[in-house]
Amino acid sequence: MSQLICKDLSLGYDGKAIVKGLNFSVDAGTYLCVVGENGSGKSTLMRTLLGLQLPLHGEIITDDGLRPNEIGYLPQQTAAQKDFPASVWEVVLSGCQSGCGLRPFYNRAEKQLAVENMKKMGIEALARRCYRELSGGQQQRVLLARALNATRKMLLLDEPVAGLDPKATAEMYRTIAALNREGITIIMISHDLSAAIAYASHVLHIGKTLFFGSKQEYLQSDIGFAASEGDEPNA
Amino acid sequence: MLEKLSLYLQYPFVQYALIVGVLTALCSSLLGVTLVLKRFSFIGDGLSHVAFGAMSLASVLNLTNNMPLVLIVTIICAILLLRTGQNAKIKGDAAVAMISVSALAIGYLLMNLFASSSNLSGDVCSTLFGATSILTLQPSEVWLCVGLSLVVVAVFVLFYNKIFCITFDEAFARATGTRTNLYNLLIAVIIAVIIVLAMNLVGSLLISALVIFPAMCAMRVFKSFRAVTVCSAIVSVTCALLGILIAILAGTPVGSTIVAVDLVAFAIFSLAGMIFGGRKG
Repeated sequence: MSQLICKDLSLGYDGKAIVKGLNFSVDAGTYLCVVGENGSGKSTLMRTLLGLQLPLHGEIITDDGLRPNEIGYLPQQTAAQKDFPASVWEVVLSGCQSGCGLRPFYNRAEKQLAVENMKKMGIEALARRCYRELSGGQQQRVLLARALNATRKMLLLDEPVAGLDPKATAEMYRTIAALNREGITIIMISHDLSAAIAYASHVLHIGKTLFFGSKQEYLQSDIGFAASEGDEPNA
Repeated sequence: MLEKLSLYLQYPFVQYALIVGVLTALCSSLLGVTLVLKRFSFIGDGLSHVAFGAMSLASVLNLTNNMPLVLIVTIICAILLLRTGQNAKIKGDAAVAMISVSALAIGYLLMNLFASSSNLSGDVCSTLFGATSILTLQPSEVWLCVGLSLVVVAVFVLFYNKIFCITFDEAFARATGTRTNLYNLLIAVIIAVIIVLAMNLVGSLLISALVIFPAMCAMRVFKSFRAVTVCSAIVSVTCALLGILIAILAGTPVGSTIVAVDLVAFAIFSLAGMIFGGRKG
């Protein structure tokens, strides 16, 4: 059973397609890495999967008990957040908003969930700190904890290691892999091919040629070989 | 001086001014942080000019109570501005500039063409700078103001978490199923109500100061959304009270005195932020 199925998807803006004829499906527990050149449509795919923009053609089906608003999302940072006065606790808790409906305040269960997810990300000591004063790696953990409050099923990560130093990058990848082992489906956009492939189970390559398949198939295919040339994935 | 003050405080018009001043300051400070961070501060400015145009229209029509008309026109414009901000045919800030100067021009034109009083420049001046209008409030206006303020505060408290959510990260909120368009609309309507309320206090040219200064003050020192919101409410109310009292005692225009006090508060908070490095919760 697939959680997410994309059928003959065309993506783009103002009627101009960047990507055409995209077909893939994501099963529960998959670790899918989306790779491709800059401008090939990776972020557009992400926005479309999240329902922030409509596909030009084709359809996205969510199945296997996944509702469209149960997809957690780790965005790239926006400029507004850089000077936003908010404590870590406020940011993490805001991930519970989707479950609130019209209820104005967070209930005890939601606060408990936020505490647990902060522990899981190792940031409970930062709860009262100001979000904008944290390091890049810490900020990503805060946003990841927020995303976990919104979903138990699927996470979309948009360049999760962009701007992180090598140590924080390695930690981030380990954390994501650990979440995947707990059964959360991961869809990650990355242009860090070698590290991404070390952890992913499936690869979607967007560009002039499209490829979707398991990591082994990708590495044996021409496009995967060309893209990963010089890298020695350790899996 | 205290005797003079206690004498003044016995007059109903001074009491009205203080009630309306405090409530308006409270309301206008609440959404300040959201407006500043969502880059909406210019919308507040544009809407205040729209409110001026509507006010002129109301005075030309010789309405005894001009608040309802001004309120409706401003709310409609707030919704329109927000819509144009979303589809990028005309860029948001250009649309705001167009609407605001048009409203200003048409307002002045209307007042000139159909002048209902002999003191035209006085009328215009008091609408723009709120020179005396807060000291000439009728009981009905005070009650309307009290009612609207209560609604604004209630809506803000009930939707506080949602407002935080869409201010901090609108894309995330939308992706996880929060109805961001609805709440943006709600914010626009609240802004419009606040601006119409604040017209009485500081006049349409100085409204932005009332919305933005308290938030900027609080953001210098405090680092969490809740602390910033509470602090900006306290700053705003304190400055408004001080401003009104000084204006009454010294005989200065109410609106500009309040804004001047706000400016001093901003300087103090900036200094405090630099000295303490802003390491408070």
